[in-house]
Amino acid sequence: MSNPENLGYTAEHEWVDLAEGTATVGVTKYAADALGDVVYVQLPEVGAKITAGEPCGEIESTKSVSDLYAPADGEVVEINEAVVDSPELVNTDPFGDGWLFRFRTDGEPELLDAAAYAELTKEEG
Amino acid sequence: MSTPSPLHAVHEALGASFTDFAGWAMPLRYGSELAEHKAVRTASGLFDLSHMGEIELTGPQAAEALNFALVGKLSAVKPGKARYTMICDESGGVLDDLVVYRLAADKYMVVANASNAATVAAALRERAAGFDVEVADRSAELALIAVQGPTSAAIIGAVTGADLESLAYYASVPATLAGHEILLARTGYTGEDGFEVYVDGAHAPEVWRVLTEAGQEHGLLPAGLACRDTLRLEAGMPLYGNELTADFTPFDAGLGRVVKFDKPGDFVGRAALERRRDADVETKVLVGLVGSGKRAPRHGYSVVDGTGTEVGTVTSGALSPTLGHPIAMAYVPVAVSEPGTALSVDIRGTVAPVEVVKLPFYQRPA
Repeated sequence: MSNPENLGYTAEHEWVDLAEGTATVGVTKYAADALGDVVYVQLPEVGAKITAGEPCGEIESTKSVSDLYAPADGEVVEINEAVVDSPELVNTDPFGDGWLFRFRTDGEPELLDAAAYAELTKEEG
Repeated sequence: MSTPSPLHAVHEALGASFTDFAGWAMPLRYGSELAEHKAVRTASGLFDLSHMGEIELTGPQAAEALNFALVGKLSAVKPGKARYTMICDESGGVLDDLVVYRLAADKYMVVANASNAATVAAALRERAAGFDVEVADRSAELALIAVQGPTSAAIIGAVTGADLESLAYYASVPATLAGHEILLARTGYTGEDGFEVYVDGAHAPEVWRVLTEAGQEHGLLPAGLACRDTLRLEAGMPLYGNELTADFTPFDAGLGRVVKFDKPGDFVGRAALERRRDADVETKVLVGLVGSGKRAPRHGYSVVDGTGTEVGTVTSGALSPTLGHPIAMAYVPVAVSEPGTALSVDIRGTVAPVEVVKLPFYQRPA
């Protein structure tokens, strides 16, 4: 699966869909494949203030655990309850139903475009 | 560059994700490791374990040489049978855990973990020096394919002429599969009934293909090393590098029964292991821990007691795919090792309650 052109990407393998000050965040297909079957996600609480580059949650597979990072400063406005109940959505639909949380941001996060992100994952092999 | 298994092209065609394991490029998973895990518990899984080391000892003093080199009494193993045992250093530390097959009165095959295969081969050569025995490392040429799960006997029965009724657990028999000579063993590392097929690497792709075809009606899925780890953890089986290291003796790991002091002659590690057996000192022992929720204790996490004092370390842990709750193994002091003891694990800053349980976590239905 290729990385959707309309999304921005971070070096931590998250995708960000920014629209009118609200950003939706998930992890990329590349990250989901590397993690293996996701069995648990811990998301920030609605209302939580998050800080760019700081861990704001966890994503756990049978084999490993990884931090979720805030792509920008902001305040969490919604979390995906469906993915909390069914963490496998991260594997089956990482760019869709497997989204993780939404936050309101004033900043303009520095994101990679799909081509730059594809280049990054190619380097990491 | 990692060494490819003789089945590498087969795995690539199946879309496997690979991992470097002790210098070998091995399949980590083909699709979902949870689905592969479940297949082994409810049907069967097909594993490539060609990274394992196989060392043959042949000669009139093969039994004596292994009695000296290993902690077990290999002279007591009958031809056609196998034994789980260990190789220790002079101070009793575990160099590797092994399965040893006695193939004939004067011939054994020692199966070592990939990460220790070279160490074990070197130690066996050195320790066998005074005996009339030839040591041959066949790791590079032999492939190992395992079929594990409740339907494994039906699959193996369909493709070999072997009499599986009389092939007991921890026994082996020469057989033919896809026209090739194999060693068929009823052994495994999953907690299920299962078989291991040792075959010349050149014939491995054909053996894999024939097993895959025979397995179609029996729910057989190719299965990678990711599920192998969760399967063995549920079955309470130690993994070298996690539960077993040269820092611990077999007694520490709760596996003192593999050390046979009643065998004739000396063996490497005897004096140190006798001291450890008789020691009246506070030592740590390996226990099982179960938790609730979904966050699993993992390798290296601290085990803490009711006062918040660190008392031990987790060696392996996962959210059990079969049981649905976190399970872990850990070394803790004897004083807090009784089943039912309440302890906690520091899971990345959050203290999660766990309870000591008897191993294994999972036992297959009788």
